[in-house]
Amino acid sequence: MSILEAIKTSIQMLGRNRLQSFLTMLGIIIGVMAVVVVMSIGSSAQEFILSEVKAIGTDLIGVLPGKSDADGPPSSVFGIVNTSLKYENGEDLLKKNHSNIDTVSMYVQGNQNISFEDNLRNTSFIGTTESYTIVEKTKIKKGRFFTKEEEKNHSRVAVLGSKLAEELFLEQDPIGERIKIGSAGFKVIGVLEEKGTSMTQDQDNSIVIPIKTAQKLILGIDHISFMRIKVKDESLLNSTIESIEESLRESHNIDDPKDDDFTISAAAQALDSLSSITNALKFFLIAVSAISLIVGGFGIMNIMLAIVGERIGEIGLRKAIGAKNSQITQQFLIETIVITFLSGAIGIILGTLISYLAYRIMLLMDIKWVFIIPVDSIILATLISIGIGLVFGILPAKKASKLDPIEALRYE
Amino acid sequence: MLIKVKDLKKDYTNGEVTTNVLRGITFNIDKGEFVSIMGPSGSGKSTLMHILGFLDKCTLGEYFFEDEDVSKLSDDELAERRAKKVGFIFQSFNLLPSLTLIENITLPLIYSNVPSDKRKKRGEYLLEQVGLSHRANYNPNKLSGGEKQRAAIARALVNNPEVIFADEPTGNLDSKSGFQVMKILQELNENGNTIILVTHEKYTAEYAKRIINIKDGLIFNDYEVKERQIAKEKTELTK
Repeated sequence: MSILEAIKTSIQMLGRNRLQSFLTMLGIIIGVMAVVVVMSIGSSAQEFILSEVKAIGTDLIGVLPGKSDADGPPSSVFGIVNTSLKYENGEDLLKKNHSNIDTVSMYVQGNQNISFEDNLRNTSFIGTTESYTIVEKTKIKKGRFFTKEEEKNHSRVAVLGSKLAEELFLEQDPIGERIKIGSAGFKVIGVLEEKGTSMTQDQDNSIVIPIKTAQKLILGIDHISFMRIKVKDESLLNSTIESIEESLRESHNIDDPKDDDFTISAAAQALDSLSSITNALKFFLIAVSAISLIVGGFGIMNIMLAIVGERIGEIGLRKAIGAKNSQITQQFLIETIVITFLSGAIGIILGTLISYLAYRIMLLMDIKWVFIIPVDSIILATLISIGIGLVFGILPAKKASKLDPIEALRYE
Repeated sequence: MLIKVKDLKKDYTNGEVTTNVLRGITFNIDKGEFVSIMGPSGSGKSTLMHILGFLDKCTLGEYFFEDEDVSKLSDDELAERRAKKVGFIFQSFNLLPSLTLIENITLPLIYSNVPSDKRKKRGEYLLEQVGLSHRANYNPNKLSGGEKQRAAIARALVNNPEVIFADEPTGNLDSKSGFQVMKILQELNENGNTIILVTHEKYTAEYAKRIINIKDGLIFNDYEVKERQIAKEKTELTK
């Protein structure tokens, strides 16, 4: 009896009792579906988080004032003012001409009333360096960004975020107009291109001015909030971080790394830990689905034992007309595998549909979701369903093959 | 010599109790014979048929089929003999309801690895022989008892067996259908087929040419049938 013959027989047998076959298959269908959904949505979520992080830039190193320790991030994250980081530190890093440092940008931030004539908005301002456009990958829509000279000379020039420009100036061209930040007058020299809201900033609603001007004229401070360093080669990130640490320790007179008054972080590192978290989550969910598959497997075994019981007469006849024990085993094993394989196929289709539905819903919610069905999830699901058929089909098939043909023929 | 049995014994042990079902049976059957194994229920006639049909093994004694010592065969070899050497006709027909009639008839050929186109041809030929061509794709449950048994005969013939075992083939049939079955068996025998009929009725047994009468696991007598029942003439009369 060929395999094909056996597969044909099993499909005939399944067709005979459709409801029972379907209920039997349900456990495996749900389990396989869960595996596919978990792997698909897990991959999509991972992709989503990674793209968010990549938008910030994986070639960037952030330096925050204050030390981070085992208890958590530096105090500056929670709004506690730490004055340890100065404008000169950033300048030092640039001057030392580290081979892998492309450029350094520094930041101070705050909220102020911004006004043009009678039009007033309370919004955030960013005091930064001339390198801002490179580090933040920002483009200029109109006019220009401020120069290094303007940055150093406390120039009162401002570049507007695209939305803020529209709100303040409506139809009017803002270039060359005078606006006020608080009570200080500034000249608008440019408008930034629209960037959209990222996890960290809302540049479109902000105003960007030279850092020293912001420190002196508006905030009255001489420290900076944080700096960002753009590296030339991402693969040298770790060694670059080390040399930045050394140079900062030197300029802050720190001998022991335990006394650091700054914190260095890199998006690329965050990426690694995020990946491992999402992976752990994915494996946990797959483990949960596996339980459903095992329960489904026992369901299949149970029903196959019942089927063997129902078909004792058939088994007896098949033996009487020349079926070997191994051929009976093969027939029932293949029947079980056909059931679990079909269940797996249905589960894969349903799982794909559900993942697609999730994708549509995410799109409706304006989340930049991607629809991914990992090929390995399909292969895994198929192998699992065939494997369950093999494992849980062996016992019923062996039982069938061991029936005494004479007893089985008498059974009606 | 097709079948040679010498001092055949069969014991069943159930717990502590051993039952001697066959207690020393000796006979020969030649090619082309039509033999009835007759005896009341419990006489051991079915057990004897099972042993002769490779479904069971004897406890003691010798059984040679075509000069081959059957007691030395393995389970798989016995299954092969069942697939190629013998055909069974059962009292309760034993057709599979999940298969069509033609699939039922050709089922034994699956186990002797005959390709499907040859199986189909052979099935169609046999259906014609037993007058069931128009029922080829029927579900066996939709057939009458007589039709079922004729289909079962076709199945027994499908592998060109050396010997056909018929176990109470008319037991579940009305007398008219029973006649038809017996007519087919007698025709088959006239064409040279060896037939072994197992029955408890003397009347049915007399359709054969020879009767081996079994009682309590021993041969009571073994004789030629003098006044043989002939199904052919009777059916002609009933026409």
